Amino acid sequence: MTALGKLFRTTAFKLSIAYLIVFAILAGAVMFWVSSDMRRVIDEQVEATIEAEIKGLSDLYRQGGVRRLVDIIDRRSRQPGASLYLVTNFQGQAIAGNILDLPAGVLTSPGIRETAYERVGEAGVDRRALARIFVLPGGFRLLVGRDLEDRETIARIFGRALLTSLFWITIIGMIGGLFVAQRVLRRVDAMNDSAQRIMEGNLAQRLPVGRSNDELDRLATNLNSMLERIQELMTGLREVSDNIAHDLKTPLTRLRNHAEQALRSPGSPEEHRASLEKMIEESDNLIGIFNSLLTIARLEAGAEPSAPKRFDAGQVAKDVAELYEPLAEEAGFSLTVDVDTDCWANGNRELVSQALANLVDNALKYGAPEDATTERAVRMEIRRNKQAVEISVADRGAGIPAADRERVLGRFIRLEGSRSQPGSGLGLSLAAAVARLHNGSIRLADNAPGLRVTIAIPAADRTAIKPD
Amino acid sequence: MSEMRILIIEDDPEAANYLVKAFREAGHTADHAADGLAGYARASDGDYDVLIVDRMLPKMDGLSLIGGLREQKIETPVLILSALGQVDDRVKGLRAGGDDYLGKPYAFSELLARVEVLSRRKNGMPGAPTVLRIADLELDRLGHTLTRAGKDIPLQPREYRLLEYLMRHAGQVVTRTMLLEHVWDYHFDPQTNVIDVHISRLRAKIDKGFNTPLLHTVRGAGYMIRDSAR
Repeated sequence: MTALGKLFRTTAFKLSIAYLIVFAILAGAVMFWVSSDMRRVIDEQVEATIEAEIKGLSDLYRQGGVRRLVDIIDRRSRQPGASLYLVTNFQGQAIAGNILDLPAGVLTSPGIRETAYERVGEAGVDRRALARIFVLPGGFRLLVGRDLEDRETIARIFGRALLTSLFWITIIGMIGGLFVAQRVLRRVDAMNDSAQRIMEGNLAQRLPVGRSNDELDRLATNLNSMLERIQELMTGLREVSDNIAHDLKTPLTRLRNHAEQALRSPGSPEEHRASLEKMIEESDNLIGIFNSLLTIARLEAGAEPSAPKRFDAGQVAKDVAELYEPLAEEAGFSLTVDVDTDCWANGNRELVSQALANLVDNALKYGAPEDATTERAVRMEIRRNKQAVEISVADRGAGIPAADRERVLGRFIRLEGSRSQPGSGLGLSLAAAVARLHNGSIRLADNAPGLRVTIAIPAADRTAIKPD
Repeated sequence: MSEMRILIIEDDPEAANYLVKAFREAGHTADHAADGLAGYARASDGDYDVLIVDRMLPKMDGLSLIGGLREQKIETPVLILSALGQVDDRVKGLRAGGDDYLGKPYAFSELLARVEVLSRRKNGMPGAPTVLRIADLELDRLGHTLTRAGKDIPLQPREYRLLEYLMRHAGQVVTRTMLLEHVWDYHFDPQTNVIDVHISRLRAKIDKGFNTPLLHTVRGAGYMIRDSAR
């Protein structure tokens, strides 16, 4: 019963019922219109016949008098059929015809009308007729009529047809509605079951999609894509928290080790001092990681530190190069900057500087050529095209295999071979977050040999007002 | 560095005690107020060289406190301490009337160096003289020339700005972060300590070949330029 009740409560069933009612009303209206039209046509024909007959009979009366009329009427009255006749004298007594009785007053008012009557030989049977009363000269009255039996029969047939069709419309409509409702309900129930399982934690579960590509299928497809995206994000989040846990635990463990060491050993004040200094160094390292993580998180949440401003990307690159130049020289690198004219960009100078500093830092750390004959070189290029300013930092080192290029943009991703170097694995993530915040892009490419990282950010109009 | 009077407005008692103790050990006078209203009252009455204001305080938040003081024409330099260390928070803090901003967690050496610079500013550092002098080192700010013991030393533009900043704060510790902020206008930490290399280059130019070094490294804090003979 509850299953049936559920079926009755479905939208599909309610919709079928609504359609059913509309169709029933329409069918009834059509039937009614057709039958009343038919009735009108029949009445018109009957009237026309009566009219013609009266005209003939009154002509006959004028030519042959009442005797001739009565003769004809007697003869016609005896023929079986729907025609009705009655002739009365000035006293109202019937002198010929096949009508036994009429309601009072019918004869006294001339004209055409519908009336009840009894036929001769059928006393007690009420019948209906359309009749016309015509007053003949000499006080005689002539009634000519047609029995309406046929018309009533047709009306009854129509009425029955209407009832029957309404009955079947209702039955078939209900069954159809239930059928459709059940079909829809089954699919929606399947979707609900899947959703339930997903909510219980089985994120890999997907909604069933049929083959008809109807609205339910499209809904299911879209929900599935949404689930896909959620699962990706969840996986990403889990990876990030795993990585955070791992990459923060390592320096935390070192920090703890230094503290334990200092406590355990009966060392000199100098040794204790050294331990404490190492602890501060580890804490600073941790703070740095936290700051980077927070910055990345804020950038990814789209929190722009300040409104975008015009800035000279070429100058930003030169400044960063200038900051790193002594470090590069110390490490035996040449650091060159090649700037197009007019490299004004729209955005945040500080963030772009930080992103570039990270890229140059990486290039100097990991961009040493594998063979000694290649020159140690880091090259920055700033190119202006129609919509964007592209800033690239390229080294001549080992590069990053194509398969890993997307991955290294993630947080804490450090490739084999780079783990020996100090670093947090957040530099490229931050650069990527800066590019995304600027509605720009970051691209890692092969510099053959080496790595070329290109950040594209929206260009600013040269003609705009000079920034302060 | 002469003795400073410092007011610390901070609601965390442990952090406040630590700061009071650390400043006293550094030879300064430090008072403590535990909430915004008390801090506001003491800062209005007392004659302090520097105020250290936590941004989130009970009863009256740090930025309103600074705004109130500035409205009363009390121009005591303020350093804002805050766990909100992002660039936009910093801009908000400075716009509210703060003179410097330091995100938590911080190194005390960094805080001390910044407070000393602020206090010097309060005690009137009139538009720095056109010629800065430390011992026999002379920086001519009009001609952009540097001589030591009468000998010309050529400088790159950035080296000039670096040295100028150090010389304007001669005798004070200047941290790496302060140099990044004031000489390079960067408020982020480069992953590698690039400042050290710039300093060692500068040191090679001004100290190499001379008997008394002028540019000193202060362990665990930063750098200081001073006449060590005096």
